[in-house]
Parts: sequence; C-alpha cells; structure tokens
Amino acid sequence: MPVNSALFAQSLTQWTQGTWFASVPIWVWALVSALIIIYMLALPFGGIATYVERKIAADLQDRIGPNRVGPLGIFQFAADAIKMISKEDYVPPGGDRFLFNIAPVLVVVGSCAGFVALPLGQYLVAGDINIGVFYIMAITTIIAPGILLGSWASENKWSLLGGLRSAAQIVSYEIPVALSIVPIILISGSLQIGEIVKQQGWHDHFWNVFHNPFTFISFFILFVGGLAETNRIPFDLPEAESELVSGFNTEFSGMRFGLYALGEFVDVFVMCALVTSLYLGGWQIPFLELDKFWVTLPSGLIALIHVSFFLGKTFLLVFVVMWLRWTLPRLRVDQLMGLCWKGMVPVALFNILGTAIWMWAFKGQSMLQVVSGLFSGGGGSH
Amino acid sequence: METGYISAFWFIVVAAITVPLMLGVGALLRPKSIPTRRGTQAYECGEDPIGSAWVKFNIRFYVVAIIFIIFDVEVAAVLPVATQFKEAVLSGSAGFVFAEIFLFVALLVLGLIYCWVRGDLEWVKGVTQNAPRK
Repeated sequence: MPVNSALFAQSLTQWTQGTWFASVPIWVWALVSALIIIYMLALPFGGIATYVERKIAADLQDRIGPNRVGPLGIFQFAADAIKMISKEDYVPPGGDRFLFNIAPVLVVVGSCAGFVALPLGQYLVAGDINIGVFYIMAITTIIAPGILLGSWASENKWSLLGGLRSAAQIVSYEIPVALSIVPIILISGSLQIGEIVKQQGWHDHFWNVFHNPFTFISFFILFVGGLAETNRIPFDLPEAESELVSGFNTEFSGMRFGLYALGEFVDVFVMCALVTSLYLGGWQIPFLELDKFWVTLPSGLIALIHVSFFLGKTFLLVFVVMWLRWTLPRLRVDQLMGLCWKGMVPVALFNILGTAIWMWAFKGQSMLQVVSGLFSGGGGSH
Repeated sequence: METGYISAFWFIVVAAITVPLMLGVGALLRPKSIPTRRGTQAYECGEDPIGSAWVKFNIRFYVVAIIFIIFDVEVAAVLPVATQFKEAVLSGSAGFVFAEIFLFVALLVLGLIYCWVRGDLEWVKGVTQNAPRK
C-alpha cells in the first residue's frame, strides 16, 4: 500500500471531486503540481528577484535603479529575459561541448527540485517525503557539480579557478549546514518537513529557533552556511568579479548565463524556505492556530493565509540576503575556509550535544513551555 | 513507495526540460551569429590566452574534498539515530540514544582536532612549511 505524500496532487484530486477530472490518475496531478510550482512560483521568483535585487541595491546606495521599462521599471526582468534569449548562443570551441551543455541543466534541476519537499501550506506540498530534509540537502548539492562541470568545460582559466573555489566552498559549508539541521531532527524526531512545521504551532513548542539557546545559535549557522552554499555575498568568491572577471560563468553568455543566474536565485529561495520551515515555523501563524480555533473558516482561505505567511517569512529572509550583499565585504579564501572549519563546524557540533542535553533534561519541552510550566506549577502547588 | 517521489520525479523532469526549452526558443528567435576570431577565444581580458586552461591545480582542493566526504558520511549516519531521540526521551530511555549521539559527535570532534593539528584546515600553507629541510 503506497503512502500518499503527494499532498498537493491529492488536494487537486479532492478539489476536482465530482467533475470529469476526478478520474485522472495521481501521477498526472503530480505532473500538474510540478508545472504549477516550477512555472508559477520558482522561475517567476527567479526572474522578479533580479529586478527586486537591483531596486534594493539602488535604494541602499541612494540611487534610483531600473526605472525605464514600465512604471518603476517593474518590467525590467521581462526585458532582460528577451535580451538574453536573443543573444548569441556561444559554446567555447576549445571546451567540452557535452559538459558545457549539461552544466546549466544540473544547476536548474538542483535548485527547482528542492521545491518538492517544501511545505507552502499545510496541504500544499508537492511531495511530503518522509526523508524531506535529507532529500533537500541531497538534491541542492547537485548544483556544485553543475558549477564545477561548467567551469571545467569552458576551458578558461578564470572559470576553472572560480569553479574549483565554488566546489571547495560548497562542500565545506555543506557540513555546518547539515550539522545545524541535526538539532531540529532531535527536537521533532522526524525528517519529514511537514511534520517538523506542524510541531511549531503556538500551542506546541512554538518556533524551533526559540526552542532552546542552542537552536538559536544553530539558526544563524544554518542561515550563514546557506548563504555560502548559494554563493551569495559575502561568500561569492566563485564569482568575485574584481579578481576572477566573472568566475565560473565567464564563458556563459545569453540564456545560458541567465539560467545560471535564475538557478542561483531559485536556490536562494529554497535555502530561505528551508530555514523558514525548520526554524521559523513555516506556514504557522505566530500566536494563533487557525484550524484549531476558527474551524468555521473555509479550508481554501486557511490555505491562502498559511501560504502568505510562509512566503512572507521566506521573502523576509531573501530580503536579508540581498541586504547583506550591499553591507558586507567579500571574505578571502583562507578566511572563508577558516570560518567554516574552525568556527562554524565546532559550534554546530556543540549545538547538537547542547540540544540533546536540553531535550533530555527538560523532557523535550521548549524554553517557552518550561517557563510557562514554572509559573503555572509554582502557582498551583503553593 | 511514497507517492511524493512521483512528484520529485516530475520536478526533475520538468526542470531538466526547461533548459533546452529556453535555449530552443532562443535558437528560433535570434539572428544568425557570425563567429569572429576574438569572439571564439577564451576570455582573458583581451590578451591572447597562453596554453590550455586544463592545468594541474592545487592539492588543497583535494584535501578539502576528502575531509568533506568523511564528515558528510558521518552526518548521514547520525541522522537515523537523531530521529529516534525524541521518542526515547519521551519514553524515559534516552540514555542509550544519547550515548550513541555523543559517540558520533565525539568521533567528529576527534577527527576535526586531528585535521586541525595536522594543518589540513590551513588554507595558506607556509612556503617554508613544506620545503625540504637542509
């Protein structure tokens, strides 16, 4: 008996109950959910994020930014897309044609496939796989070979240096990221992201970031590690335009470059969404549980509110990522490696033990539960 | 078999098809390109490139990759134990699982200390450090 974890597809089936569409098998609905999420959320986000980032950059530097294409320049991303599509399609003749073609595919697949296990709402998750956290960690790592192969296949010295740096950086920061996910698994006892988010309600143990002092530190390690894994400033050494021209994508032009940029932004979204789901309560509304108290609300409206809270938290983190870009200078390679192996890895290991001891000492209660237990227990016994 | 993996399969397929689709749309729309000598050279800021870019590179990247593999396998091994921890805490028998997690973390810490002392974590290796002594 297969476990039904394709919740989005299942919702679509229920929604069309009683019509002709209800007889469509589940794998078709899974395909529809993939098309909806990739073409209506992931790729448009990647496109619009390029415009938003330029606008935020302009604001932070007291400039105007793009303002020619449409009101406030909001159609800039469409103009960019048209420009990139109509550019010359260039493959370096000295390079490896096959690897050069396959590299952007790996980057786009690695970033888009991360959306499968992300719960946009309680029932709006394309596949709430029982090893969801592990799946996202694994699939987003496909980006590293994508970047490395692309840089190698370009037959360009800048590209090769950028690609090697990127590979060393991504694999190094994979360790603190993975280690700072372990405390969450200790707390929730599950690798299923839907289950982890469900436990972060106001009447359960609230957001995991406030579960105990160690998860609070862990949250920052995961976020900073995620920045490094997505090659964002201050960890953008693989691109480092002041030393390596454009790094791993020097020889990629037109739409091929566009796909790399798109993949990077989608990856940033997946990273922020993962942090949101694991630490900031995902679709949970702070101090409120809609489906427990306002059961009279239509389920569609509840889903809409959940999705908007999830996207709100995620976009807030994405904004912080863009904000950091114009705030911090780039690290040196040795500082980068030192920060990872000598700073973040030991602290992340310490967090695992700390969280385990906290769980053991307080029977799995969060800080808020312990404190409220103190007050109610003290008041009752005396 | 979970149905969630069907979604995962379709996501990978749709994402993989997106790339040739976008490049294909471009191929239909764009004007025919005329490659020039400068245009088809590897870009090195306008200079003629000397030699191939496929050169030998620093062993440091290899060392980092090796350390990564050891640590990552170790993390993958700690995940199944970690999922059992909450249940063990609630049933009051956390000691055994905690000991196991402690063992994993202790092994990782030992490995980290070993690499640190050996100098594998130093990115900048001194010139004199590896030079043969006279």
